[in-house]
Amino acid sequence: MAQIRIENLRKDFGAFNAVKSSSFTVENGEFFMLLGPSGCGKTTTLRMMAGLELPTSGEIYIGGEEVGMKRASERDIAFVFQMFALYPHMNVRKNISYPLVSQGLNKAEVASRVAEVAKILRIENILDKPVGGLSGGDRQRVALGRAIVRKPKAFFMDEPLGALDAEFREHMAEELRALHDRMGATTVYVTHDQLEAMQMGDKIVVMNHGVVEQFGKPQQIYDWPATKFVAKFIGSPPMNFLEFDGAIDIGGDEVNLSGTSVKVPVSRDKRLGKLALGVRPEHVRFKDGAALAGRVIAVEYLGTTQIVTLETPHGDIKARTPSNQAARVDELIGLEFDARTLTVFDSISGKALVSEANEGVLRRG
Amino acid sequence: MSTYSVTEPSGRQKWFAGILVVLYAVITLLPLLWIIGTGFKSPADAIAYPPKMIFEPTVEGYVNLFTTRTRVPEEQLKELGEPTTWYDKLVRKDGVIITGASRFAERFTNSVIIGFGSTVLCIVLGTAAAYAFSRFKVPLKDDLLFFILSTRMMPPIAVAIPIFLMFRSLGLSDTHAGMILLYTAVNLSLSVWLLKGFIDEIPVEYEEAALIDGYTRFQAFYKVVLPQAVTGIASTAIFCLIFAWNEYAFAVLLTSGNAQTAPPFIPTIIGVSGQDWPAVAAGATIFLVPVMVFTILLRKHLLRGITFGAVRK
Repeated sequence: MAQIRIENLRKDFGAFNAVKSSSFTVENGEFFMLLGPSGCGKTTTLRMMAGLELPTSGEIYIGGEEVGMKRASERDIAFVFQMFALYPHMNVRKNISYPLVSQGLNKAEVASRVAEVAKILRIENILDKPVGGLSGGDRQRVALGRAIVRKPKAFFMDEPLGALDAEFREHMAEELRALHDRMGATTVYVTHDQLEAMQMGDKIVVMNHGVVEQFGKPQQIYDWPATKFVAKFIGSPPMNFLEFDGAIDIGGDEVNLSGTSVKVPVSRDKRLGKLALGVRPEHVRFKDGAALAGRVIAVEYLGTTQIVTLETPHGDIKARTPSNQAARVDELIGLEFDARTLTVFDSISGKALVSEANEGVLRRG
Repeated sequence: MSTYSVTEPSGRQKWFAGILVVLYAVITLLPLLWIIGTGFKSPADAIAYPPKMIFEPTVEGYVNLFTTRTRVPEEQLKELGEPTTWYDKLVRKDGVIITGASRFAERFTNSVIIGFGSTVLCIVLGTAAAYAFSRFKVPLKDDLLFFILSTRMMPPIAVAIPIFLMFRSLGLSDTHAGMILLYTAVNLSLSVWLLKGFIDEIPVEYEEAALIDGYTRFQAFYKVVLPQAVTGIASTAIFCLIFAWNEYAFAVLLTSGNAQTAPPFIPTIIGVSGQDWPAVAAGATIFLVPVMVFTILLRKHLLRGITFGAVRK
């Protein structure tokens, strides 16, 4: 197992710049998520780490050794593909033992390692079956088996649950996380599903347009997004933005939304111009007689909670409230925000302004 | 909204379909049966009019195919004494004796060497080129592929004269190597295109998985891509072999003594008294066998190969 460090990694495909100067570190034993929308460069980054693409510039360290220009076969890593890529002309046992055969292990050792892996994954009963007839879940397990059998320095997984149906995906996600916890293997996992990333990851890198937008623990990223993109990409429904023209000074603890003053965490930045107040739906509270009000335009019932969409002078916002709280369409409701949870964004650059509350997260990453 | 019936065809429809298939089989197989039948006729029966459907089978045609014979006067025949082998006996009744082996076996061997030689070469070069075109960034890839295809846009015989002159100055005329090279050159474009199609369909992840599992690019190609491409290789091989095996025009033009293949040889089989049709038919029958065996051996792949890509998985 090993630490993986990426420094200023860049990849160009002809004139197209797929990954722009990315840097992050995956600590030993971490379950690390590379998250972003399709085309954001996350898969390219992973493929460079695995040695399936050569970087245009920058360095990749696996266990302290620079491997950027090394062949995939020399990096001692395992890769789980989205489509599993099980060798179709071999049975399950041969698929799992294939990486060991290339290492020149003797037959007895190969057999015992395969048996051990089959036991961990509970696939002993299908070892002699051809891979063609397996169910999605079993294919997934065989693909994992092929990865873990060689005890590599790190596991790389490219949307490994993407080909499974929704119900089963949940189950496999748990299984995968449990497997990781038991083996403690450094794992880099690419996904476009923010829920999957939050659910499974120790740490998340959010990428967009080839740029690392933010890097940190799931909760840090959720609570204190570094950019509007991250705030929108993570969370469902995403963070609300109340756009306004205004100013905030260093040490300031309130912003003025067209006459209404809203308390925010003490600012460490100053900015004048187009700003946006970011608030998570669950931090919007209904309060009769509050200065800021919104008209209800839709209510979605979700069981214990409901999502109420309100029209305000600063744009539509969504609130997540207990479903027993009455909200009827066209009703005017007073709104209040939890001041400790707010983030002010510069609307032009999209970046979050540093405040007392988020400086711990933003200054470090 | 219209619905589509996916019910089983009725009994009458099945009968009708069955009759059509049998009819088609009869039409296509009749010439073949005729040739095979003629091979077992006597020369007189072979040219009888109206054609004889029922005849006394004889292997005279096959004996004639493999031998050269001469007619000798009766006194001389008596001096020779009784024929010792069954084939001697067979020809002796017409007052003919066998003087030696014909060149058919040699021509047939040439066909095998040249046909299979060019097929193997075509597959080896074609697979390598197709893999490269399918997987790597090749500068001017599309232009190169078009150029390769364009070599098939004229009938090969159109360049017979330049090839004849080229072969003469290179010393390739009437050599096995020359014919293998020629047939390979003609077939290679087809082989590259067909195989590229098949290799394109093999997901690149298989090789990437093998690369990560610790194999070199060549090992990944050899151990993972090739087994997947067997279907394509088999059907391509059949197409290449059939062309090289049946090719007549270049063989007539470029070979005579040493490297002549069976197609130009078979029609020239002359019997003691004029054209020997049973021997020609026997030659054609034997000539059919290798391609038939090869196709039957690979038919499972051929069928999949022809319909490959027709249905999205």
